[in-house]
Amino acid sequence: MHGTDTFNPTAGARIAASREQNLPPSPGAEAWPNVHAPDAARAATQEVQRLTPAHGRRALRAFLANPTAVAGCLILVFVTAAALLAPLLFPDDPLELAGRPLLWPGQDPRFPLGTDALGRNVLAGLVHGARVSLLIGASAAIVGLLAGILIGATAGYFGGAVDDGLVKLVEIFQTIPSFILLIVLVAIAEPSIPAIALAIGAVSWPQVARLVRAQFRALKEKELVAAAHALGYGHARIIFREILPNALPPVIVLISVTVATAILMESALSFMGLGDPNVVSWGSMIGAGRELLRTAWYLAAVPGLAIVATVLALNLIGDGLNDALNPRLSGEGQQ
Amino acid sequence: MPLLSVEDLHAGYAVGGQMLRAVDGVSFTVNTGETVGLVGESGCGKSSLAKVLMRLVAPSAGRVLFDGTDVAPLKGGPLKSYRRQAQMVFQDPFASLNPRHTVAEILKGPLEVHGLGSRAERAQAAGAALERVGLPRAALSRYPHEFSGGQRQRLGIARALILSPRLVICDEPVSALDLSIQAQILNLLSKMKAELGLSYLFISHDLSVVRYFADRVLVMYLGRIVETGSWQEIFSRPLHPYTRALMEAVPTPGRRRHAAPLSGDLPSARNVPAGCRFHPRCPLATPLCTEADPVLRPAGDGQQVACHHAPTGAPH
Amino acid sequence: MSALLDVRGLSIAFPKATPVRDVSLTVEAGETVALVGESGSGKSLTALALLRLLPERARIASGEVLFGGRDLARLGDRELRDVRGRDIAMVFQEPMTALNPVLSVGDQIAEVVRLHQGLSRGAARARAVELLDLVRIPEPQRRVAEYPHELSGGMRQRVMIAIAVACSPRLLIADEPTTALDVTIQAQVLDLLDALRRDLSMGLLLITHDLGVVAEWADRVAVMYAGRKVEEAPFEVLFATPLHPYTRGLLAASPRLEAGQHCSVGPLNEIRGSIASAAGEKGCAFAPRCPLARAACRIAVPDLVSIAPGRLSACPVTTAAPVSEACHAAPVG
Repeated sequence: MHGTDTFNPTAGARIAASREQNLPPSPGAEAWPNVHAPDAARAATQEVQRLTPAHGRRALRAFLANPTAVAGCLILVFVTAAALLAPLLFPDDPLELAGRPLLWPGQDPRFPLGTDALGRNVLAGLVHGARVSLLIGASAAIVGLLAGILIGATAGYFGGAVDDGLVKLVEIFQTIPSFILLIVLVAIAEPSIPAIALAIGAVSWPQVARLVRAQFRALKEKELVAAAHALGYGHARIIFREILPNALPPVIVLISVTVATAILMESALSFMGLGDPNVVSWGSMIGAGRELLRTAWYLAAVPGLAIVATVLALNLIGDGLNDALNPRLSGEGQQ
Repeated sequence: MPLLSVEDLHAGYAVGGQMLRAVDGVSFTVNTGETVGLVGESGCGKSSLAKVLMRLVAPSAGRVLFDGTDVAPLKGGPLKSYRRQAQMVFQDPFASLNPRHTVAEILKGPLEVHGLGSRAERAQAAGAALERVGLPRAALSRYPHEFSGGQRQRLGIARALILSPRLVICDEPVSALDLSIQAQILNLLSKMKAELGLSYLFISHDLSVVRYFADRVLVMYLGRIVETGSWQEIFSRPLHPYTRALMEAVPTPGRRRHAAPLSGDLPSARNVPAGCRFHPRCPLATPLCTEADPVLRPAGDGQQVACHHAPTGAPH
Repeated sequence: MSALLDVRGLSIAFPKATPVRDVSLTVEAGETVALVGESGSGKSLTALALLRLLPERARIASGEVLFGGRDLARLGDRELRDVRGRDIAMVFQEPMTALNPVLSVGDQIAEVVRLHQGLSRGAARARAVELLDLVRIPEPQRRVAEYPHELSGGMRQRVMIAIAVACSPRLLIADEPTTALDVTIQAQVLDLLDALRRDLSMGLLLITHDLGVVAEWADRVAVMYAGRKVEEAPFEVLFATPLHPYTRGLLAASPRLEAGQHCSVGPLNEIRGSIASAAGEKGCAFAPRCPLARAACRIAVPDLVSIAPGRLSACPVTTAAPVSEACHAAPVG
């Protein structure tokens, strides 16, 4: 497609007109000057229509016009930048003794956020902790998404006995309290970053699977899937190229929430001392600060605030995506 | 030998533990180069029949002979090669094209899947297919939503024809389109048939469209074919009371405010009336109709009718 | 006597588009007026605007909707609510989405009569049964307790009509009332609407795209194209001597049950292009598709000219030429 202009059905008329002038001359096709007609737009097809790439760009604009979503993005960019720059900002191991213990924030300009009971730099811990939190959050979400999409797509697409079996599996995972399952998994494995990410992914896939399954069950009844079958397309092609791209918008919304949940889970594990002992994490910092809550509350509060801000940012992004991808809520769905 | 020969086909699906017989003993043929119109109201099983013929749904009994081969039990490779021969044009050009794919991807997909041509040849074929249906090659890089309803239906036709099928099943191809566009699409289908020597099974609820487009007509009611014949026979001498009622129900210029020819609703395929399926709504029904299920019997040249009270023999 | 409904110069605007421009329309008591057009013509928006039921961002930009001496376009919300359902009722295309799935049909009818006529619970219930009988639903005593999903499409549309006529409105607006229905059911519903129009001496404004329906059931026809009324005539005149090239094109493009045309003989007359070509057109919206278009047609929007009483057309090309000659110039092929 040419240019970067976007297609807005309500302003269709004017944009269609401006586009026609940009069209290449058409060899003997009378019908061609009339591309972009929003005619016969029928309610039944609204669902499919909102998944088009042009709607994707419109969704992006709607997202960027949403101040809370943009605020969430800014916070997340800030945290990510801190995590990426941690080795440059604080090249020393944040677990090593850096100065006098229990310095309050502001007491010593070398330690803007103070030091803990063992004299470790809280700011360095915070920045290095961001690395761990984001790394585990993202990789756990990827694990959960991959497993959830595969299982959900298989169950929803094939239906029948395959669906019954996989739904049972999802139900088993959902009835076991996920955090207890997580503790058991981490206790069995070595507490290392990859193991923790895998374990968190293993408890977060069922939610993704349920959503993807519901999407597939609805989409596989659509005519576009019947058309693909009629053309002789194989199952893999239909699942991954025909249905999956149309099933993604709600999954994208779920990603941010999944990352946020993974960060919370990792913090809780570390708080309980079940995290990787060789790295500093926000959860382990709170855990360490817990005993000095009455004398040096900042030790728990500072990493606590970091968790709150990050999780809040991810939730704001999720809400923004939800509004932007759902035209009914963003008020762009009419007409 | 007819291109497609359907013999006593049955198909259905379970609804709430009950078997719904959507297609209930249907037999007909489609000859090479012929357009067979299938007309009926919603729920009569015409779309289910199309799905069975495309093998999107498996039949529960009966045979579907395509070029002499029964396609009902086919699987894997042979089924895939049947699909190169028989294609489908769908009703809703908004729902049957994937909104995430460009026109080029939509048209090249079938060729990729069937391993036809090199990359360059496929691109060439996609462009040619577009031009054949009256759209320029420049449309290849666009997405379906950028087209109007009529143009999307052209895309749907281009996609169905790209594998060079011999039989095309058109399931209500113009009923989602505006009147001013309908004629364009009917003319295009007509042109494609002449150019490519296609055979059509043309499914529609619109009698005027079937009358214009079909060579032979099948009238379907509750999973059965109740009358068949050439378009001239069916539309000049309809024999089945249902066919007559259907025609009478079509609003027509030159007639004013006539009473509805039929009372009552279409019964559900879940409880098919005993005897003749049409008897609860039929103005001619007699006790015989409530007991005996009429079969299709010859009534004139090629015309067949399933009614106890229809006249038989050749027209005078 | 002034008309029951008198719409004058109605324009409807969205923030970035004006899909209906300067539409005038009258409906007399007891008369059926058809508003014909394809999707995108603005016919449904026009119907919705009469009761100010427009989508959120649309508004009536100008014009009057005169009904019983009052301008509905400027009426207060409370007064408008009284008019809706009591004086003017509406039937929509999709009875399944217009009915509330969790209330029985009896409750939904009773709700309307209690609201507008202040009947007691029992009286409203009895009236609901009466109304179901009026719209020819068999066994109304049993049906009154059923829910929309238990009824067929035709039955649901009858229920919608029962709700619409519950308060004996003076005008019934039916927006594609039979488009979702099968042809044998469509005949029943049109028959019913017409009988009710006669019995209740209602005006009936029928919004449709189906020329057959128009020819058989309408007294007068207004044809809309791309937001404007392009032709208006009594039904028999419109079908005998259509003036506007769009109307002619439509009539020529529709396959007819009674006509001798068949694809083996020749192609249908088609209108080239689509309604989207009207976008951005300075002159006549139909000019890009019109076989008779002249240079002048693309400069200014042609006026709707009165040719005879009740006979209007917005095409200077065909109205200038004698009717018979203009017919020969109609598009072929």
